[in-house]
Amino acid sequence: MKREKHFTALGIREKTILATAVFLAVFILVMTFGIFITEDQLMVDLEQTFIQPGSGHLFGTDWVGRDMLLRTLKGLSISMRIGLLSSLISAAAAALLGILGPVFGGIVDKAVSWLIDFVLAVPHTIIIILISLACGGGLKGIVVGITCTHWTSLTRVIRAEVLQILNAEYTQLSRQFGKSRWYIAREHMFPHIIPQLVVGVVLVFPHAILHEASITFLGFGLPAHEPAIGVILSESMKYLTSGKWWLAFFPGLCLVLISLMVDRIGKNLEKLLDSSSAHN
Amino acid sequence: MKKNRIGKFVLHRAAKLITLLIALCIVTFALLEASPIDPVTAYVGADTKVSAQQRELIAEHWGLDKPAVERFLAWFSSICQGDWGTSMIYRRPVLEVIGDKFLSSIALMMTAWVLSGIFGFLLGVLSGIYEGSWLDKGIRIYCHLLISTPTFWMGIVFVMLFSVKLGWFPVALSVPIGVIQSEVTFWDKIQHIILPALTLSILSVANICMHTREKVCEVMNSDYVLFAKARGESKGLIAKNHVLRNVSLPAVTLQFLSFSELFGGAVFVEQVFSYPGLGQATVQAGLKGDAPLLMGIVIISLLFVYTGNLLADCLYLLIDPRMREGQA
Repeated sequence: MKREKHFTALGIREKTILATAVFLAVFILVMTFGIFITEDQLMVDLEQTFIQPGSGHLFGTDWVGRDMLLRTLKGLSISMRIGLLSSLISAAAAALLGILGPVFGGIVDKAVSWLIDFVLAVPHTIIIILISLACGGGLKGIVVGITCTHWTSLTRVIRAEVLQILNAEYTQLSRQFGKSRWYIAREHMFPHIIPQLVVGVVLVFPHAILHEASITFLGFGLPAHEPAIGVILSESMKYLTSGKWWLAFFPGLCLVLISLMVDRIGKNLEKLLDSSSAHN
Repeated sequence: MKKNRIGKFVLHRAAKLITLLIALCIVTFALLEASPIDPVTAYVGADTKVSAQQRELIAEHWGLDKPAVERFLAWFSSICQGDWGTSMIYRRPVLEVIGDKFLSSIALMMTAWVLSGIFGFLLGVLSGIYEGSWLDKGIRIYCHLLISTPTFWMGIVFVMLFSVKLGWFPVALSVPIGVIQSEVTFWDKIQHIILPALTLSILSVANICMHTREKVCEVMNSDYVLFAKARGESKGLIAKNHVLRNVSLPAVTLQFLSFSELFGGAVFVEQVFSYPGLGQATVQAGLKGDAPLLMGIVIISLLFVYTGNLLADCLYLLIDPRMREGQA
């Protein structure tokens, strides 16, 4: 029987790779496109205020006539860069603490566990508000705040993994040969957890951008003159009762789509890197 | 023997709570100390003009000229004695403000908590029993959507749809505007709480649903369910006899562990709906630099979350027969 090579006949693995590549391309496109939107394109045009979404302005215009599509893209791009930065730093912290705890054991491990409990003991929103206040708001506050609250779950995953490797024969052997703890951490643990780390960075990202937008919405994050999604949505609150639904609807929807997309990328990467999770 | 174990459990929990509380006080104090908020300006308000001399007097009166460690110790000891200071924006004792706000918040949070628990559990059981079906797929897509949706945007969309467009619910606040406190009926309050509670509950439906589904799938694929099927038990009977019994305890526990997200979500929901609860007070205190109130709220939020965790643990000890046997 002749098997035809057809697009729809792609295997699950090929489909997963294809979907991930497409999502990644969209992600990079939105992020870079937002960087190139200049202030000139977001000029105030008082003749074009509150235009309903349509062919001219796909997402409509706001109360000073700025195009909402451009504003949304610019805002998304800012949120995505903040999200990327925070999730990278969180992952680095998770890798460090997740490896050092079990490898050094004793008081170091207890301290790491206690720190995780401590961060989880207070609602994230409250911690981010406090840290953002301490940093005087703005970009620094939001990045530090999100990083400080998002390293815990990944640290737990990595810690569990490292604990398992610690009992593996090759690590035991390595220790018998007199290798130092640093050596074991660097040579045996770190290479092993790289897949988890990659997936972890991607899966933390949606949480990070949602938190960024939320905290900015409350007024603790990026300042009001930045075109962030949180700022756009908090401005839209003023026009809530006057039926200007597009001011809030499309920017929020785009945020949801981006976070869904990145979540999917993460799940796909997990499938590709770890074959045992591919069946779910 | 049994008494000993319970005593140990209580002691361990209490010790943990105390260390967490002390650490929290230190960290919060340090963070607020590092913030550029000027306590004197926060106290007199940004609009009032005060001379430099008067500012110095206020600072001296509060001991703001003393070193940070000394001030922390003074503040900490007064907290321990039950004096949490005076809120600068409400001009009332912090404990009084928190007590007031907490009552209206708890009504909102508990309604949402019960709603999300029931709704999420039912969806999870349905999805798990019909694993792989269209219903299951639909519910899973729905949950993924919910996880990626920020609470406050959900709230905005709900207001636009149900309040502004359809006019089913009032737009904001917890009581009607222009009505005297004594004339506010119970029905008014109910009407004002439905939409915020619905928004808040939607957030945690996804979490409980996905976990329940996983557990249900596990049970459905077990040998004893296979045997039940072989005996000819119907799907309904299997669900009643095997699934619900095994799944309900983890679900309830998980629901108690979600107090942290509940509190965090309430902050956003209250902000969107202008609901006068603890969440809104948090935002106000943060924006206006009301340090005493903010510190009070941070401590209360820790106690709230800790209570949830403790209840979850106790529930396991009380209900799970395996844990009880382990004790004997």
